[in-house]
Amino acid sequence: MATQTIEKLRYERPVITSLNAGVTNKFGTKSLHAPLSHIDGVSVKEIIQKYGSPVFILSERKIRQTYREAYRAFTSRYPKVQFAWSYKTNYINAVCNVFHQEGCWAEVVSIFEYKKAIGNGVQGKNIIFNGPEKTDEDLLLAIQNDSLIHIDHLDELYQIIELTTKIKKRPRVAIRVNMDTGVYPMWDRFGFNYETGQAWDAINKIILTDKMDLVGLHCHIGTFMLSANAYAVAAIKLADLALGIKEKHKQNIEYIDLGGGFASKNTLKGSFLPGSDTIPTFDDYADAICSTLLNAGFTKENLPMLILESGRALIDEAGFLAGSVIANKRLSDGRRAIVMDMGVNLLFTSFWYDHRISPVEESGNHTENAVIYGPLCMNIDIVRESVTLPPLKKGDHAVIHTVGAYNMTQWMQFIAMRPNVVLIDTEGKTHVIRNRETVDDLNKMEVMPEHLKKFKL
Amino acid sequence: MQLRIKGNIAVSESGFVFDPSTGDSYSINPIGVEIIQLMKQTLSEKAIVDAIVERYQTEPQTVEKDLYDFCNLLVKHQLADRI
Repeated sequence: MATQTIEKLRYERPVITSLNAGVTNKFGTKSLHAPLSHIDGVSVKEIIQKYGSPVFILSERKIRQTYREAYRAFTSRYPKVQFAWSYKTNYINAVCNVFHQEGCWAEVVSIFEYKKAIGNGVQGKNIIFNGPEKTDEDLLLAIQNDSLIHIDHLDELYQIIELTTKIKKRPRVAIRVNMDTGVYPMWDRFGFNYETGQAWDAINKIILTDKMDLVGLHCHIGTFMLSANAYAVAAIKLADLALGIKEKHKQNIEYIDLGGGFASKNTLKGSFLPGSDTIPTFDDYADAICSTLLNAGFTKENLPMLILESGRALIDEAGFLAGSVIANKRLSDGRRAIVMDMGVNLLFTSFWYDHRISPVEESGNHTENAVIYGPLCMNIDIVRESVTLPPLKKGDHAVIHTVGAYNMTQWMQFIAMRPNVVLIDTEGKTHVIRNRETVDDLNKMEVMPEHLKKFKL
Repeated sequence: MQLRIKGNIAVSESGFVFDPSTGDSYSINPIGVEIIQLMKQTLSEKAIVDAIVERYQTEPQTVEKDLYDFCNLLVKHQLADRI
């Protein structure tokens, strides 16, 4: 007689949740706990098995798709458009090169980033050098390479004038302009102010000293801008300066650089609705900027090139952080806490976003609110203060969404080491593009004085 | 931890729990319902763990840990008393 084995049922932690009648979700949004088992057709569990937990995962397909969407939005409205990849957003070389392959220039804010761009093979003339700190040595290198130097303050302007006595090349420069675009907070710490006439002072000084070529005007009005109209205000003010320069000095401005600041689909803390429902689209930004520039009064011949330095909106959604559950806890007030192996050391953006988190494994329909802690022995290590998730047990996996921007540059080597970063290429192959750190890597930078080498305990 | 589910607590097969003394209602997942039913039979903690391990893809340590948490919640919601 054949023996029949009964397959055991899938186990799930017992859960009891209080039902609050009358407190309904007026937007009818569903709880987002659908599992994310695969990214671009590649199993998340297999990536974790192969590359460790936690692990950053980047989708090359998504990067290219998002870039092309942004590029189409602008080029379908304006004849001369150039994107420059914002290195500070994510300067892992492989990521930069995806953007360079798509045609992006490099936008850097330090000599460190400048040298990375040169190392990646970007020609000096295609590097925009922003930022308030540029040493004589940095500026001389940028001038030699014909890079576009965006002047931030008068001290830098006078520094460049001084340097032109030591070098025969004429620097190609732009000034950064700050202005009131009707949004708060106004970013007036960078560049020369438009309303008070500082911008005109700098423009006149550059043109009248005749030591460098003023080729562009630049602004960067803020970050995570939820109003496309603010860009229209910025565009009209830069266009006003460019047209004024033409009239007063008979000189054409080659480009207007509207900077970055486009929002990604993340949800800011305190937002009522998810980011994906509230942020302007690339078409919204493009419409505001391009129609303003086209109607500003430039002749066809003098229409400046439009440069955009968007970072966050181009890469955020292509990034994921996958990790594992270390422990479950019940806090004294009854709240569930889940301790995961990915914390604020890797996820700097969790300080201002409510990142979406998905389980990797299938689960039942029951969910529970939980606070998500990272692995650090520090009270600040809170990834989400409250998120609805199905019951996760030790060893289960989860994926944090929309982490491609700023985390792989602002991450901290604090308590734990930084993990592997894996790129899934457009054919579904995985590549490590930044190796995980080891204790040896970190110790290599330290020096022990002779008298501290020995001790007895 | 040995618990006694309060006698007036109604638990449906679908996991709906009603406490007539407070008017509060709760939702329990299927495995939670099963554990409550086992508790009502006044089984020991070990017997409950064994019964769950017998039917589900899990091991005793996991069930034991989860049972601690679940029992604490039942007590917190005043659906059960410690005995």
